[in-house]
Amino acid sequence: MEYILSILFIFLQSFLVIFAVLMMAYLGIYGERKLWAAVQLRRGPNIVGPFGLLQPVADFLKLLLKEPIIPDKANKVIFIMAPLVTCFVALSAWAVVPFAENWVVADINVGILYIFAISSLGVYGIILGGWASNSKYPFMGAMRSAAQMVSYEVSIGFVIITVLLCVGSLNLTDIVLAQKKIWFFIPLFPMFIIFFVSALAETNRPPFDLPEAEAELVAGYQVEYSSSFFLLYFLGELAATFLMCAMITILFLGGWLPPLDIYPLNAIPGVVWFMLKVAFIFFMFGMVKALVPRYRYDQLMRLGWKVFLPISLFWVVLTASVLFIFDLAP
Amino acid sequence: MTEKENKKFRINFGPQHPAAHGVLRLILDLDGEVVERVEPHIGLLHRGTEKLIESKTYLQALPYFDRLDYVAPMNQEHAFAIATEQLLNISVPIRAQHIRVLFSEIGRILNHMINVPAQAMDVGALTPTLWGWEEREKLMTFYERACGSRLHAAYFRTGGVHQDIDESLINDIYEFCDPFLKVVDDLESLLTENRIFKQRNVDIGVVTKKDVLDWGLTGVMARGSGYNWDLRKTQPYESYDEYDFKIPVGKNGDNYDRYLIRVEECRQSVLIMKQSIEKLKPGPIITEDRKVAPPKRAEMKVSMEALIHHFKLYTEGYDVGPGEVYASIEAPKGEFGVYLIADGTNKPYRCKIRAPGFAHLQALDYLTRGHLLPDLSAVLGSLDLVFGEVDR
Repeated sequence: MEYILSILFIFLQSFLVIFAVLMMAYLGIYGERKLWAAVQLRRGPNIVGPFGLLQPVADFLKLLLKEPIIPDKANKVIFIMAPLVTCFVALSAWAVVPFAENWVVADINVGILYIFAISSLGVYGIILGGWASNSKYPFMGAMRSAAQMVSYEVSIGFVIITVLLCVGSLNLTDIVLAQKKIWFFIPLFPMFIIFFVSALAETNRPPFDLPEAEAELVAGYQVEYSSSFFLLYFLGELAATFLMCAMITILFLGGWLPPLDIYPLNAIPGVVWFMLKVAFIFFMFGMVKALVPRYRYDQLMRLGWKVFLPISLFWVVLTASVLFIFDLAP
Repeated sequence: MTEKENKKFRINFGPQHPAAHGVLRLILDLDGEVVERVEPHIGLLHRGTEKLIESKTYLQALPYFDRLDYVAPMNQEHAFAIATEQLLNISVPIRAQHIRVLFSEIGRILNHMINVPAQAMDVGALTPTLWGWEEREKLMTFYERACGSRLHAAYFRTGGVHQDIDESLINDIYEFCDPFLKVVDDLESLLTENRIFKQRNVDIGVVTKKDVLDWGLTGVMARGSGYNWDLRKTQPYESYDEYDFKIPVGKNGDNYDRYLIRVEECRQSVLIMKQSIEKLKPGPIITEDRKVAPPKRAEMKVSMEALIHHFKLYTEGYDVGPGEVYASIEAPKGEFGVYLIADGTNKPYRCKIRAPGFAHLQALDYLTRGHLLPDLSAVLGSLDLVFGEVDR
């Protein structure tokens, strides 16, 4: 009986997390569109519902009710599986993310490794989709995506190692608690920047949205996708984007911790601080999209391998040396 | 077929491609992402303009020119109007000349406000487009207030312009000028020093001085490579010799230089617009020759002769020629020319249109061979193509 109860409890928790992530995606779409509209001197969604708040619902229903088109020559099983993989992977990574102290579905010891591994799998959704479409533009998009994600994962890995050196634990809750004195983005500022930019590349956001570059590949790997399959890609990407925002928050901005541990600030529940920080990073992501052009393929690779990799490698060594010499290692 | 040819990745770029600028269709041979051959397929917007004009009177032929380069309609009309005026040997009243200059420069801004952001969009920047369209919208309103139509103006008629513009419109255009310069600065703040924008455009699509002559490139494409060649200065038409403005000239002939030139031309156009507004003095706006230009409505109520003129003009039109003429103007995209052969009747015997975009497009293969696919869209953006005039 107890066994069943605990399983039910986990189900409930997972459901809550997925619901939270979907709500974030919902508000994210709306907020992002309003943000771009403001930058571009437009109004943005303002017809459906009050202030256009129901626009994402309308879009969701529209995509859901459309006829799914599967190309004749596509590999149908993989074609359908690919968006599922993207969405599933992006959502399952949220299992270890602590929204506040002890607010986490699975508080595992190797949380950060789990996220790293799971988010790396996200590239499969794109490669499979691009390949299974059996079409030329998606194929090129998939090829680009594979190279891009692999390149930036390397520097992301080094950034995470630097943070881990300062924490001494792979558990995400421990990482946040280690920032009680000072948030890591201050001592590790260059790594914070590198992680931010690499996160953009990892989630195919501009200026690194090469796999779906509109001016070159029309929509890249999504060209042949329509209706709910497209929706799954869309949701998966948003969930992955928010995951990266949450990662930045946890690794560098002190997770659910308030900026200062004084009365009115520490009375606000941690989850609010966490969400605020995630929203702020997402806002930065949105502004980047509104303002920058897109890198060319070779320039993106050069940035990843020739700039970010050496810098992050150097910082790993530097941080380790400083921690060792001054005997600060935890 | 050899082994190598077998491996080519042949891809269809357009006509529905978002970076195809309308209805361009390219057949690309790729090696990975490297472009090995570009084969433009044009004609999807072909309407047989030149042939149609042969069966229309000169007045009826005029509106076809709005439909060529539809982002700057009046500039095209200008070339046709000048061509017929030269054949008829009539002069244009001073006020009409300045109005023409004013609207030609508005056309230039209209064009550059769509091309500069479009070039930015081709390298992935989304925001400039909306900012550019905002300004275009204001200018389209000026078009509408001058002639009643936003796109198909039919405003520059043989011997002058169709109707006079009133004081309030002139004031509004003047008030548009300075805030617009601010918008140009804003646009530049997004792009000019942007590292990614520079990386995507500097040294891409390089046109040497020799290429300019070989491929027949004109306008910004020629000036980007260092030719100080602008028909407004080198063979002034209308009253451009009275105006004080500079011709920006590039150095490297790459996308980035062409972008800078277009932005600077916007500023110079504003300068010209301001000057022409100051030069506008009351007076006739179309030639007094009643065999070419219709009389005023009021005149027709009292004068039998005026009524006859009106009837003749709007039924059979006016006779031109015989003779032949080539008239060209500096359109925003380059040299836009009209070659007319008149045989003394009310319809042209032949009308050949020289569209700058057509010449630019033929250089595309040469410019992008060996570049990457993303460079292709960047070069396409900076060639400034509009398919209305390429396909005619």
